[in-house]
Amino acid sequence: MFGFGILSGVTFLPLVGVAFLLTQKGDDAASLRNIRWATLATTLATFALSLYIWSGFDTTSAAFQFVEQKNWLGSGLVYKLGVDGFSMPFVLLTTFLMPFAILASWDSIQKRVKEYMIAFLVLETLMVGVFCALDIVLFYLFFEGGLIPMFLIIGIWGGKRRVYASFKFFLYTLVGSLLMLVAILAMYGKAGTTDITVLLHTDFPKEMQTWLWLAFFASFAVKMPMWPVHTWLPDAHVEAPTAGSVILAAILLKMGGYGFIRFSLPMFPDASTNFAPLIYALSVIAIVYTSLVALVQEDIKKLIAYSSVAHMGFVTMGLFTLNAQGMQGAIFQMISHGLVAGALFLCVGVIYDRMHTREIAAYGGLVNRMPLYAFVFMLFTMANVGLPGTTGFIGEFLSLTGAFQANSWVALIATSGVVLSAAYALYLYRRVIFGVLDKASLKNIADLTPREIAIFTPLVLLTLYYGIQPQAILNATQASVDNLIQTHTALIDAVKLAAAGQ
Amino acid sequence: MIYAIVFLPLVGFLIAGALGPWIGVRASELVTTGFLMICAVLSWIVFFDVALGHNHGYAPIIGNWMTVGDLKVDWALRVDTLTAVMLVVVNTVSSLVHLYSIGYMHEDPDRPRFFAYLSLFTFAMLMLVTADNLVQMFFGWEGVGLASYLLIGFWYQKPSANAAAIKAFVVNRVGDFGFALGIFLVFQLTKSLGFEEVFAAVPGLAGKTIHVFGMDLDALTLATFLLFIGAMGKSAQFLLHTWLPDAMEGPTPVSALIHAATMVTAGVFMVARLSPIFEYAPTTLEFVTLVGAVTAIFAATVGLVQNDIKRVIAYSTCSQLGYMFVAEGVGAYSIGVYHLFTHAFFKALLFLGAGSVIHAMHHEQDMRNMGGLRKDIPFTFAMMIIGTLALTGFPFTAGFYSKDAIIEAAYAASEHHHVAMFAFIATVAAAGLTSFYSWRLVFMTFFGARKAHAVQSDHADEEPTAAQLAHADGDHTHQDHSHDHDHGHGHDDHGHHAPHESPIVMLAPLAVLGLGALGAGIVFGKYFIGHDYDEFWKGALFTGRDNHIIHEFHDVALGVGLAPTVVMALGFVVALYFYVLKPGTAQALARTFPRLYRFLLNKWYFDELYDFLFVRPAFALGRLFWKGGDGAIIDGLGPDGVAARVADGARLAVRLQTGYVYHYAFAMLIGVAAVVTYFIAGGLR
Repeated sequence: MFGFGILSGVTFLPLVGVAFLLTQKGDDAASLRNIRWATLATTLATFALSLYIWSGFDTTSAAFQFVEQKNWLGSGLVYKLGVDGFSMPFVLLTTFLMPFAILASWDSIQKRVKEYMIAFLVLETLMVGVFCALDIVLFYLFFEGGLIPMFLIIGIWGGKRRVYASFKFFLYTLVGSLLMLVAILAMYGKAGTTDITVLLHTDFPKEMQTWLWLAFFASFAVKMPMWPVHTWLPDAHVEAPTAGSVILAAILLKMGGYGFIRFSLPMFPDASTNFAPLIYALSVIAIVYTSLVALVQEDIKKLIAYSSVAHMGFVTMGLFTLNAQGMQGAIFQMISHGLVAGALFLCVGVIYDRMHTREIAAYGGLVNRMPLYAFVFMLFTMANVGLPGTTGFIGEFLSLTGAFQANSWVALIATSGVVLSAAYALYLYRRVIFGVLDKASLKNIADLTPREIAIFTPLVLLTLYYGIQPQAILNATQASVDNLIQTHTALIDAVKLAAAGQ
Repeated sequence: MIYAIVFLPLVGFLIAGALGPWIGVRASELVTTGFLMICAVLSWIVFFDVALGHNHGYAPIIGNWMTVGDLKVDWALRVDTLTAVMLVVVNTVSSLVHLYSIGYMHEDPDRPRFFAYLSLFTFAMLMLVTADNLVQMFFGWEGVGLASYLLIGFWYQKPSANAAAIKAFVVNRVGDFGFALGIFLVFQLTKSLGFEEVFAAVPGLAGKTIHVFGMDLDALTLATFLLFIGAMGKSAQFLLHTWLPDAMEGPTPVSALIHAATMVTAGVFMVARLSPIFEYAPTTLEFVTLVGAVTAIFAATVGLVQNDIKRVIAYSTCSQLGYMFVAEGVGAYSIGVYHLFTHAFFKALLFLGAGSVIHAMHHEQDMRNMGGLRKDIPFTFAMMIIGTLALTGFPFTAGFYSKDAIIEAAYAASEHHHVAMFAFIATVAAAGLTSFYSWRLVFMTFFGARKAHAVQSDHADEEPTAAQLAHADGDHTHQDHSHDHDHGHGHDDHGHHAPHESPIVMLAPLAVLGLGALGAGIVFGKYFIGHDYDEFWKGALFTGRDNHIIHEFHDVALGVGLAPTVVMALGFVVALYFYVLKPGTAQALARTFPRLYRFLLNKWYFDELYDFLFVRPAFALGRLFWKGGDGAIIDGLGPDGVAARVADGARLAVRLQTGYVYHYAFAMLIGVAAVVTYFIAGGLR
C-alpha cells in the first residue's frame, strides 16, 4: 500500500486502532466496551501480522529482511525499515505481550479509558518501530518517542507518588538520550549517512569509537538499567499501573540491550573490547547488589523491579562476552525476562486489583483461598530463579557458560546470583502466599477470574515450552550472532595485525 | 519401557495435580500409586536385563534441548547398570512410600496435592539418574530440589515448615552454585557436556593446568572439586548439611523417600556417574574422603543427644551419606553405590517405622514422651528392630555387608591415600556412635514405662536455645529452626487415646522394606562388590589402572574386619546400660558436661554461626545498599538533588500530568529540531 512494506504495516497498524478510538465520543458503558474490545482487536491483529512476518523470516540468514526504504525530508534522511535475527524476536515479543497488557487493564482502569488505550497503542507503534528502524535518526525518534506515552501512563494512571517517579524517569533518560543524539550527529558527520546498514560497515577511528561508545552507553545503560543508574526503575515500576509495569519490564528495558547489539558492539568493536571490563564490572555489581537490595524490600513491585535489574546484569554480561553462548544466552534471557517479569507484574496486579496495596506485610496465607493463583505465582517465581525446565534457566545458563569462557571471575560472582535470587524470591513467596490466612481484609479474597486465567495460560505454557524447547528462539538469533562474532573477531584481528606490523 | 518408567510419574503428577479436585482424593491416590507400582515392576525388569543380564545398556535420545555454537545438549534416557540400580532404588521406595502415604496422610484434606508432589519428585529423580549429560542431570538435580522444597513446606500453615523449605532450597543452591561452575569449566575444557564425549576427553586432560580465578590450577581437580560442591549440597555433607535436619518438618513419608533413600543420595550417584573424571583427580578424591569422614563422625555425635525421633534418623542419614563418600573417595565407587542401595532399604524402613510410631502417638515426635510402645505396636517394633540391626551393621543384615566394606576399603587404601587412615578411624568411631544412638532411639521409644503426657522431666532440655532466642525478636524468619517442641498440627489431645498399630496399608511397605533390610546385602553383595563385579557393572563405573581397591579390601586383616562389629556391640551395651538398665545415666552425664551437651544438642552451633556469618550480613548489606547506596548516594547526588529544586517550581506552575510531559516533549523537539537543522545544513553544504 502506497509503496510501504509489511513492516510499516505492523509498525503503524496500532495507529489505525487509535484512529478508530478517536471517533468514540461517549463515556457510557457501551462505548467503554467498544473501546476496550477495539483496542484488544487491534493488538491481536498486530500480533497476527507479526506472526505472518515471522513465517516468512529466513532464520538462516544474517541479512536484514523485509527491507523498505523511502526518502524523507530530502537530503540524507531516509525512512528505512528491516528486521534481522536480533530484532525479529523483539518485534514478536512486543506484539505478543500487548494484548496481555490490554487485558490486564480491562477492569482496573476506569478513568480516561480512551486516552489510556490510545497511549498504549501509540506506545506499541513506537516500540515496534524501534526494533524495525534501519535509519539511526528514525531509531532515535522511536526510541525517545516511546518514553512519552510511558511517561503519560505513569503520570496519569499511576499511584500516589507518580509525580516523583515520572520525574525521575524523565531526568535519567533525558541525560542519556541527549548524549546519544550528539553521538548520532557525529556519526553522520563522519559517515555522511544515517543508514544503519551502511554505518555497520563504516570504520570509525579508534579515538572516535571511544567517545561514540560512551555516548551510546549513557543512553543504553539508563534504559537497561545498569547499576548505578538503575534507581529510576523501582520507582517507575511501583507507581505505574500493572500494564505499564508489564510493558516497562518486558519491552522498554530490552531497548537498552537491543541498542548494545545493534550499535555499540558491531559499530564500535574496538571500544567494545576495551570497555568490556567496565560492562562486566557493572553487571556483576548489579547482580549481587540489587539481589541483596531485593532481599529487604517491603513492596512486592519494588522487589520484582530490583530482581529485574539483577537479571539485566546477566544480559549485559552475556552480550559483551562476544561468544556464541554468552550472546545467545543474553538475547534469550531478554526474551525470557519479558515473559517472566511481565507475568510476575501481572501476578502482582491480580492481588493489587483486589486489595489496592503492594505491601508484602498486608498479605500472607493467600494459598488458602487462591490455590490457582498460588500455582501461577510459584511457576513464575521458579522461572525467575532460573529453574531448569523454564525459560529463565536457558538464559542464565547460556550467558554464564559464555561468561565463564570470557572471564572466570565474572562468572564466579555472577553465578552467586543463583543463590541470592532463590533467597529473595522464595522469601517473598513465603510471606505473600504461605502461612495462615489470618488478616481480616483477606478473608474474602477470590481466586483467579476466567479473564485472569486466560491471561496466564499462554504465558505459563510458553515459559515451560521454551524452557524445554528453546531452539526456536535460539535458531532465530543464531545467524545474526554468528555473523556479528565473526565480523568482530576479524576486525579485532586486523587491528592486532596492524599493531604488530608497526 | 524406560520411557514408561520415567514418564508415568510425570503423568501421575499431572493427573493428580491438575484434575485432583475433580477426580477426588481416592482416584488421585490410586492413579499415582498405581503408576509407581508399574514403574517399580518395570524397573526390576530393567535391572534383571541390564544389570544382572547381558544387556550393555542404551541411551535413546528423545530430542534436542539446545544447540548453541559448540554447546549441544540432548534430552536422553541413559540406562546402564548404575542407572538400573538407581531405578530400582527410586521406584521401589517411591511406590512403597506412595502406598504408605495413603494410610499416613488419611486425615489430610490436601492429599491430591501431596501425591502429585510425590510423583513430581519421582519424575525429577528419574530424569536425574537417566541423564546422559551434565545439563539434564542438573535439570533433575534442581527438579528434585523443587519437589523437596514443596514437600518440606507441604504444611504451609506452619512457619517452621516454610522456613525449613526455604532453607533447604537455598542451601542446595549454594551447592548448585558449585555444580554450575563445574559444568561451565567442563565445557570450557572439553567443548562438550555429554557424558561420552566428556569421558573420552578426560584422559587427555590429566595433569593439564588451567588459568582460572587468577590462579594456575589442575584442570580436572578444579572441575571435580566444583562438581563435588554440588554433591555436598544435595547430600547434606559437612558445612552444607544444615538443611537436612530442618527438612524433617515435612510429612514423614517425604523424609523416608527424599531425605533418606533417594534425593540425598544424588550426590553419591553423581560422583559414581562421573567416576571417569574423578579417577583422574586424586586430590579431589582425598577431599571427598575427608568430607565424608568428617560428616560421618560429626553427624553421629549430634545424633547422640537429639530428642526428636525423626531428627535422630536424619542425622543418621547424614552420617551414612558420609560413609558413602568415604568409599568413593578411596576409589571404591561400587561400595559407595552398594551402601546407597542397602541404605535405601533400611533407612526408608526406619523412617516409615518412625512414621508409624508418630502415627500411633497422634503426631508426637519427642522421644521423651514415648516409651513402652513395644506392646502397643508390636509389628512396628519388630520392623524398627530390623532397621536398627541393619543400620548398625549386625552380622548378615544389609548394613553389615556394605558398611563394613567401606570401613575395610578405607583401611586398605591408607597406604597410598592421605586421609584414608583418618577416614578409617572416623568411620569405626562413627559406627560405635551409630549403634549407641540407634539403640537409644529404640529403648527410649519402645522400652521403659509408657508415658502418659507432656514433657516436664528434664529441664536442662527445656531451656530455649540461642537460636530460639534469636528468633523471639521476630527478625530473620528465614533461618527459623529448632522447633522440637512444636510439631502438632491439630492434635493437642495426646494421651487421651491409647497408642494404636497402623493400618495394613502402612505396615505392608514396612514388611517389604524389612525384607530388603535383611536380605539386600547377602543377595546382591557378590554382584556389587564381589566376584561378579565386572559382569555386573559392565564398565558403568570407571576405575583407573592403578585402582585395585575392590580386590584389596577383601584382604584386610581380620582385626580390621571385626572392628566395626566390636564397636557396634559396644554401642549397644552402652545404650542398654544408659536407657534400660540404669535410666538416668544420660541425664547425669549431660549435667556433668553441660557445655559438651549443649554443643551437641545445638548441632555444633552451625545454624547460629551461619546466621551470624551469612544471613544477618546479607540482610544488613541489603538494607545498607538500599537506603545508603540507592537512596543517599545515587539518588541524593543524582535525580533527587535536581528534582527537589525543579519540583518546587513545577508544583507552582503546572499540574504534573501536563507539566513534565511538556518538559520532556520540549526537550525532544529541541533534539529533533537540532537534527533537522543539521541535516539541512548538511544538505546545503
